[in-house]
Amino acid sequence: MLKMMLQLIAGRVSSLVARRATLALTTSSARMASHAPDPEVTEAVDMSRPMYWDRLDTPLPDKLYKDELSAAEKSLKEKEKGPWSQLTNEEKIALYRLSFHQTYAEMNQPKSEWKTVVGGIFFFVGFTALVVWWQRVYVYPPRPRTFDDEWQAKQLQRMLDMRINPIEGFSSKWDYEKGQWK
Amino acid sequence: MSLPKPLMRGLLGKRLRFHLPIAFGLSLVAAIAFKYGVTEPRKKAYADFYKQYDAVKEFNAMKEAGVFESVQPSGE
Repeated sequence: MLKMMLQLIAGRVSSLVARRATLALTTSSARMASHAPDPEVTEAVDMSRPMYWDRLDTPLPDKLYKDELSAAEKSLKEKEKGPWSQLTNEEKIALYRLSFHQTYAEMNQPKSEWKTVVGGIFFFVGFTALVVWWQRVYVYPPRPRTFDDEWQAKQLQRMLDMRINPIEGFSSKWDYEKGQWK
Repeated sequence: MSLPKPLMRGLLGKRLRFHLPIAFGLSLVAAIAFKYGVTEPRKKAYADFYKQYDAVKEFNAMKEAGVFESVQPSGE
């Protein structure tokens, strides 16, 4: 969709370029014409010129949507210069469509793009899980002995012997007389 | 189409007059809650601990458990 729009704009821009008589622009369009037409890529959009785009935060883009007006459209534009109460509703809508491509309602149409995004996220998270699994098997060093249950028990006992945090913390929860947790 | 003219001035002042007392009040409440929920119990816990604390007894218990390097348990 966006590509079609860009091609439309590029078509209009290049025709505008062809209309101007400046040397640099005609040579560039001649250069473009001499290339073999590539079905995927058309002329590059000239981003140094004002462009049109449908964006929620840009109610008035840099230029109108339609640059080349047919004779009927041109006469409608002339009528627009007079009092607007003389325009019919259809004419008003036609004038709107000349200046803009999509209405806000059309721009706000819900799309299904989020499903692709979420699906892609899950896919790559899953792939990462496989990578981590491979690392666990082939990369990680042997488990430190300090993780063994026996070592952990001896560690806890040593902490109690040293009276770690006897007031509000670890050793305060141990009953030293009875030899059990409080 | 004669709508009333919207409010053009004093918007920040109005917001501050509403929100600042609330902000000060909530901060005060948070400070008081922390004082009586955390610091006072903690001071009491320390006071109670040291009321019944026998340093020598604790030292001997630790010595027997063998956690020191400078003193060995009485058995060895």
